[in-house]
Amino acid sequence: MTPLPAAAPIIRYGRLLTVLGLLGMAVVYLLALRYTPVEARQGMAQKIFYVHAPAAWGALIAFVLVGVASILYLWLHDPRLDLFAEASAEVGLAFSAVMLTTGPIWGKPIWGTWWTWDARLTLTLFLFLLFLGYLTLRAAVREPVERARFSAVLGIMALVLVPFIHLSVYLFRTLHPQPILLKPSRPSLPPQMLRTLLTSMGVYTLLYLGFVTLRYGIGLRRAARLREVDDA
Amino acid sequence: MPPEAPPLLEARGVTRAFGAQRALRGVDFRLSAGDAVAVAGPNGAGKTTLLRILAGLMRPTSGEVHLTDGRTPRDPLARRRIGLLSHQSFLYDDLTPRENLLFTGRLYGLPDAAARAGRALEEAGLAARADDPVRQLSRGMVQRVAIARALFHDPEILLLDEPFTGLDVPSAARLRGLLAAQRAAGRGLVIVTHHLAEAWGFATHVAVLARGQWARIGPRPDSLEAFLAGYQEMVDA
Amino acid sequence: MPEAIRSALAIAGKDLRLEFRTRTALLSAFVFAVLTLLVFNFSRDQSLISTTDLAPSALWITVAFGAVVAMNRAFIIEREQGAFDALLLAPVPRGAIYWGKFLANLAFVGLVEALTLPLFVLFFNVPLGRALPGLLATLVLATIGFVAVGTILSAMVVRTRFAELMLPVLILPFMVPPLIGAVQVTARLLGGRPLTEVLGWLRLLVTYDVVFVTLCTLAFTAVVDE
Repeated sequence: MTPLPAAAPIIRYGRLLTVLGLLGMAVVYLLALRYTPVEARQGMAQKIFYVHAPAAWGALIAFVLVGVASILYLWLHDPRLDLFAEASAEVGLAFSAVMLTTGPIWGKPIWGTWWTWDARLTLTLFLFLLFLGYLTLRAAVREPVERARFSAVLGIMALVLVPFIHLSVYLFRTLHPQPILLKPSRPSLPPQMLRTLLTSMGVYTLLYLGFVTLRYGIGLRRAARLREVDDA
Repeated sequence: MPPEAPPLLEARGVTRAFGAQRALRGVDFRLSAGDAVAVAGPNGAGKTTLLRILAGLMRPTSGEVHLTDGRTPRDPLARRRIGLLSHQSFLYDDLTPRENLLFTGRLYGLPDAAARAGRALEEAGLAARADDPVRQLSRGMVQRVAIARALFHDPEILLLDEPFTGLDVPSAARLRGLLAAQRAAGRGLVIVTHHLAEAWGFATHVAVLARGQWARIGPRPDSLEAFLAGYQEMVDA
Repeated sequence: MPEAIRSALAIAGKDLRLEFRTRTALLSAFVFAVLTLLVFNFSRDQSLISTTDLAPSALWITVAFGAVVAMNRAFIIEREQGAFDALLLAPVPRGAIYWGKFLANLAFVGLVEALTLPLFVLFFNVPLGRALPGLLATLVLATIGFVAVGTILSAMVVRTRFAELMLPVLILPFMVPPLIGAVQVTARLLGGRPLTEVLGWLRLLVTYDVVFVTLCTLAFTAVVDE
């Protein structure tokens, strides 16, 4: 059987990254509330953007990595890849939940409605549901190797699905403020806002790494304990 | 097992883990033509797992299984040479015996499936019921159809998982005769069974699997009683 | 290669023969579809929502859920006497097993749709006319998408404890892109728009079908081989 890496140092490392990430989060809050100018049209409510947009980004990273880990698992059959995919899915579920709750909180004062079916919110809702389906499948299959195989197939299918969802929802309707970040010539965000947003995205990436490492370590510890029981 | 004859089937260092649980821990096995190996052992010893790996239904976690030509049982060409009979019938209850056999024939690409099916059903004494849904047949008859299906493609290697379970005396006798004939014809048989007495008559070797490893494997001794007397000790060791 | 095709057709034929012997699943799926159409009709406020507005959604939700109900049976029949092991033992490529099940499901769901469509036209007073060819094409394309994904997912969930619950939970996100496309096309066609206007959506459906049929054929072995 594939030897599993020691869980303890990974958990420690994960905790460190998470603490750093949370500290970074505090910095982002400070930046957003005090040092970034208030947006003319949307007022204070706009500031939730710095928490909302990067959470979607984090959920997307988590999702893509589940897909990549799934492909690698079916190729290499390494159980560590399966444990990583599980960790990434749980973190992705949390991040998409954050995005889905901050969205309405932002939306209500701006658009007067709790929910809109715009492209980005809808896509994140689908990510949330796909994460949920993935984790539900994992919970329903008891044998670990079978569970890893099934999850990997579902993970790959979900990855392939996302472009289709994006395309069909986008064709269907869009209300989201235009992507003011990714214009090729020059971003429409004033430099301070851009800086805060990029900082926030960096922090979310750090948080993702911290959470996933931590969760991966916990998964390793659980798997190692089960092996000990059997060797006895 | 005669050392000169190339083995029909050979397994080396087979391990199978289900997550943390290890069902098989480094099992070696050799099956030659004319061998009939009865495999006994307590529940959970790994017998069914071993059989499924030999049949190519399951991949070992480590170790290898080869047929004479070097192929693994998972290779499509090798699959033709392997047959599996379980205590489950592997039949579709709403189809007739003939339809079940014809379907098997198509799966194995047998050109003369219809004629073969007719012959098999005659030999099994089921010609009269050949076109009634399996659901309507008695257990003994279902077993006969199941055996016909398992042997339909004329496999060299026969793997049997608890084939005597739930059989009445005449059906069990019939199965014994059939298996003895297969062995005499040069097939290799592996019979996982709790009823050693049933298989004793035609078995050439007896093996006992306990906790994922062989407690004993070798030629069949002369006395069943003596063997059974020492069985518990063997398993507990 | 032809042998793989023969095996797939043999498997599909066996499934259809089994289903027509008992007909229970077919009837259940059909009754379910009819009831869904009825619920749609009785749950709307006649003065607020016209039949033409509701019709496309009613049709496609009925088809989608009917398909899920119909696909549940595909692998359950293999479990009863362990017959699936016999299938895996045989020298049949796993992709051929997938295609056999896929084709059988397609025929099965298609039959339910064929029985439901006339009732839909009747209940919702739908002016089919020139829209019929386009509508049929859409039905075929969307159904291929549903069944491609449903076949592989039902192979997975049949081994879990809550199989009938798991399939809808897993499959619904996958049904959304073809569903959106199908509803859009149906609404436009029934509104008298020409086929040329909906080519974009139809292209989406075809792409979805090609991608997922290919992916699921390749991934099937990972699901069924231990």
